[in-house]
Amino acid sequence: MEQQPEQFSFDFYKETAHIDGGSGDQLKLTLGEFAGPLDLLLFLIKQEQANIFDIPIAKITNEYLQYIRLMKQLDISIAADFVVMAATLIEIKSKMLLPREITTEDGEEIDDPRKELVDRLLEYEKFKLAAEMLYERTTIEQAVFTRGQIESDENNAEINASVFDLLTVFQKILSRHKEEVMMEIHREEVSLADMIRNLRKKIFDELELDLVTFFNEMHNKRELVTAFMAVLEIVRTESVKLVQRKTFGSIILRKIEKAGV
Amino acid sequence: MESGTESTISRGLAELIAAVEALIFVSDDPISAKLLSEVLGEDRETIEAALEALKNEYEVRESGLQIREIAGGWQISTRTQYHDEVRQFLKTRPSAKLSLASLETLSVIAYKQPVTVPEILEIRGVQSASAIKTLLEKRLIITKGHKETVGRPMQYGTSKDFLIQFGLKDLTELPSIEDFEDLIQ
Repeated sequence: MEQQPEQFSFDFYKETAHIDGGSGDQLKLTLGEFAGPLDLLLFLIKQEQANIFDIPIAKITNEYLQYIRLMKQLDISIAADFVVMAATLIEIKSKMLLPREITTEDGEEIDDPRKELVDRLLEYEKFKLAAEMLYERTTIEQAVFTRGQIESDENNAEINASVFDLLTVFQKILSRHKEEVMMEIHREEVSLADMIRNLRKKIFDELELDLVTFFNEMHNKRELVTAFMAVLEIVRTESVKLVQRKTFGSIILRKIEKAGV
Repeated sequence: MESGTESTISRGLAELIAAVEALIFVSDDPISAKLLSEVLGEDRETIEAALEALKNEYEVRESGLQIREIAGGWQISTRTQYHDEVRQFLKTRPSAKLSLASLETLSVIAYKQPVTVPEILEIRGVQSASAIKTLLEKRLIITKGHKETVGRPMQYGTSKDFLIQFGLKDLTELPSIEDFEDLIQ
């Protein structure tokens, strides 16, 4: 039976970037991005109505560079691949200027600097056309509807997630968590009075305290300074003395035993 | 014919066609002839014949529905002609299309699979990382293990969802890439 599919308008090119050929050297740019440097190159070649097997490399290179410059002016970020292609074009252009053997004895053309680029363009164009075909197919498919899903354990959307979905969610959670941590800025303040009280308790409990051990318990510079001041203060006011048994040995805080205690 | 209560073989062709239709209707994914044959206890040939007959029935009747082969199975769906009416009722608009870069990447993957990121770059001449991410998110492509070469790069291929979304029976239904050569200039 005849199945007449409806005519859809396949506006593949409408959605892609293009340059409207202006007059002379002027290029009018329709904003947007080419899918890649090969895409842009193919476009320029088509616009010049040039033979892909005999690309006017000087002209195309100029237009290509003009386009890149225009993108820069418009502050469109240029992918590195576009720049790589520009370099390739310039290299080919310079090679074309050098004298070279055009033909072998058989009259076969050899060593055309453009050959590799042409091969790549031809290969690329096939896939570009295939992409176009896919675009048409998906347009048709969007006009076809199947019935909604019947709910069952198996197709419960809540559990029907792939490892990839999980990973995406996990990454999102991670990034959110990172933000939260960055918000938490706080400073622990230990007052000198607290520090002295703490130090006194330590000395009175243990009778002796190695200064290095005490200082090592401090978490940051601020606490260290407070600790140092506490040591000075306690030596000045309390019955505590500093003892160093040998030169460069460890300094010890010791409680002075009072007679009769 | 015997009136077997448990025997599944004893139904006539019309009944079989009806049963096939019911199963296609309830199946979420396109249902394969193999699965139909297992569930209904009929051999593949009989099932294939029933499927053809069923498909034909819908067409002769010029139904708003169609029975079609897709992604290695059979599916019931509306006909394209009635998309306006269906959309109006469902109040939906066509979903966002893939970007040009994504479509290109997808076409390279479809034709060259299994294919690695460097191989895609070679053909497209541009990095395809974000396109690949989009395609993975839309489940149109899946990873196909590592390639046993330097760096063991990940390989990608198309998924079953790709066949469904692009209305393909299987990958062989894609026009061959050489066919596009003739279209060039």
